Amino acid sequence: MHLTGYPVFFVLLLFCGLFPFLLFAISQLVQIKRPTAYKHETYESGMKPYGEARIRFDVKFYLYALLFILFDIETIFLFPWAVAYEKVGVFALVEMLIFVGILALGIVYAWRKGALRWQ
Amino acid sequence: MNATASFEIPTLAQLLDPSFHLMKAIELWHQLPDIVPIFLTGVVLFGMVAVMGQAAAVVMVLMERKVLSWFTQRKGPNRVGPGGMFQTIADGVKLLTKEDIMTPVMDKFLFTLAPAIFLFPVFALYAIVPFSESLIGVSLPLGLLVLFALSSISVIGLVLAGWASNNKYSLLGGMRSAAQAISYEVPLILSVIGVVLFTGSGNLKTIIEAQSGGVLHWYGIMLTPLSFLLFYVASIAEVNRVPFDLPEAESELVSGYNTEYSGMKFATFFLAEYAGLFVLSALTVALFFGGYTSPFGGTFMQNYGVADAIVQAVKLPAIKPLLVNGEQIFWMLSKTYIFIYIAMLLRGTLPRLKPDQLMGFCWKFLIPLSLINLFMLGFAKQFSLSFLADGFAGSWVYLALAALVGIGGVGGFCHFIDRQFKAQVAARYHA
Repeated sequence: MHLTGYPVFFVLLLFCGLFPFLLFAISQLVQIKRPTAYKHETYESGMKPYGEARIRFDVKFYLYALLFILFDIETIFLFPWAVAYEKVGVFALVEMLIFVGILALGIVYAWRKGALRWQ
Repeated sequence: MNATASFEIPTLAQLLDPSFHLMKAIELWHQLPDIVPIFLTGVVLFGMVAVMGQAAAVVMVLMERKVLSWFTQRKGPNRVGPGGMFQTIADGVKLLTKEDIMTPVMDKFLFTLAPAIFLFPVFALYAIVPFSESLIGVSLPLGLLVLFALSSISVIGLVLAGWASNNKYSLLGGMRSAAQAISYEVPLILSVIGVVLFTGSGNLKTIIEAQSGGVLHWYGIMLTPLSFLLFYVASIAEVNRVPFDLPEAESELVSGYNTEYSGMKFATFFLAEYAGLFVLSALTVALFFGGYTSPFGGTFMQNYGVADAIVQAVKLPAIKPLLVNGEQIFWMLSKTYIFIYIAMLLRGTLPRLKPDQLMGFCWKFLIPLSLINLFMLGFAKQFSLSFLADGFAGSWVYLALAALVGIGGVGGFCHFIDRQFKAQVAARYHA
């Protein structure tokens, strides 16, 4: 019997996913609805809503997202490295230095190119 | 942790054969007695997590309002119940009965989905953090990795909320908070890797047991204080709190991604934010401040035979684990609330950053610094390993390297940043 561990956790995740919808359903049952025209207007600080809200947004968000993916994958590789370090030893240390060093060069490059400038 | 059934990848011929699927179904049916207790444990765990999550949020919202009002010399909530104790519960009931307004231009499905996606990972995290030896939902071997994987899911909720609202403030707030959350996640995880390196395990309970020797064994104080600082700053940013609360900058974006939200959906966002702050504070304690162990090592109940004395006095041997676990929960919660209190003090003290400062601080300061920190900790770990293995021989080289990277790297980098900053300020005044 292995009651603790991942299977239990997945059941928990399932119920945690359903829980907010239970809250919304209860709220739908007990709330008082008095819709008016003004309530159903998009909020724009009291002004008449102007134009479409789904505007194009800046490319800088994508640049940060790309950099993030790079470094997030790095952390995924570093996790098993850290857990298994005692079994591998100096070789792992040198390898990590090279790996992280290359990625650090990446961030220096992005910095020099101005990709990290927020304007 | 051996799985009961070994999993084999079926061949194509097997997949096309109906009898193979029938056999698999029968096999699954035989495992049902195993599935039912797993399911029931999950349900019970969910009940505990839901109660704990909401109770913590209720306490924290009241605490925050009280602390902030003391800061500005007000009394804070004092009408509902003695000293305003039931204010948050009253607010919760009010939000539950509020009208759920959805404008016709919204994407209604995504609008409902977003707060749910934001909430559910945070609640699941409560099950991973150990509150005492026994009060731990699931003790996963790689609990830390699961924790970070889950906490990054809530970013999807933020972007969805911003997009589905079809409101300019919401969209900007959602994009900003997504950019912030993903950026600050990198230093958050990089600073944890040092702790994993020294413990050799991703299990939170093992990490806590490794620091059970008292204050001098806590990672945040002795071994990796820089990691702790990086982690704490990044975790404050991760839960969008002052001074990193740009997504909800009231003065420019009304309320950010939840501008259009009302009633229970808004309450869900609110709940998830406070639950997230609680989980990250508890994680700070577990990783860097000894978790559920006392500052003097172990627990008083075990160290000084207090538990045995009480058991002798009342003649009930069964209460001994209760006493020990009770003391552990006390230490865990009091340490966690100290960090929550610090976060609230920060909110009362610091002004908000600008967006360029926010992103610059993460990418140009925290991430390079956490990489340098990682190098330093790698050398230090190798020093401790070779020191234990062959005594004095070559191990001092690693210590010297660690000191070099630590002092030279961190000092040099901070000097470089300082020069850059001064050049920027000078350029601004001359322009």
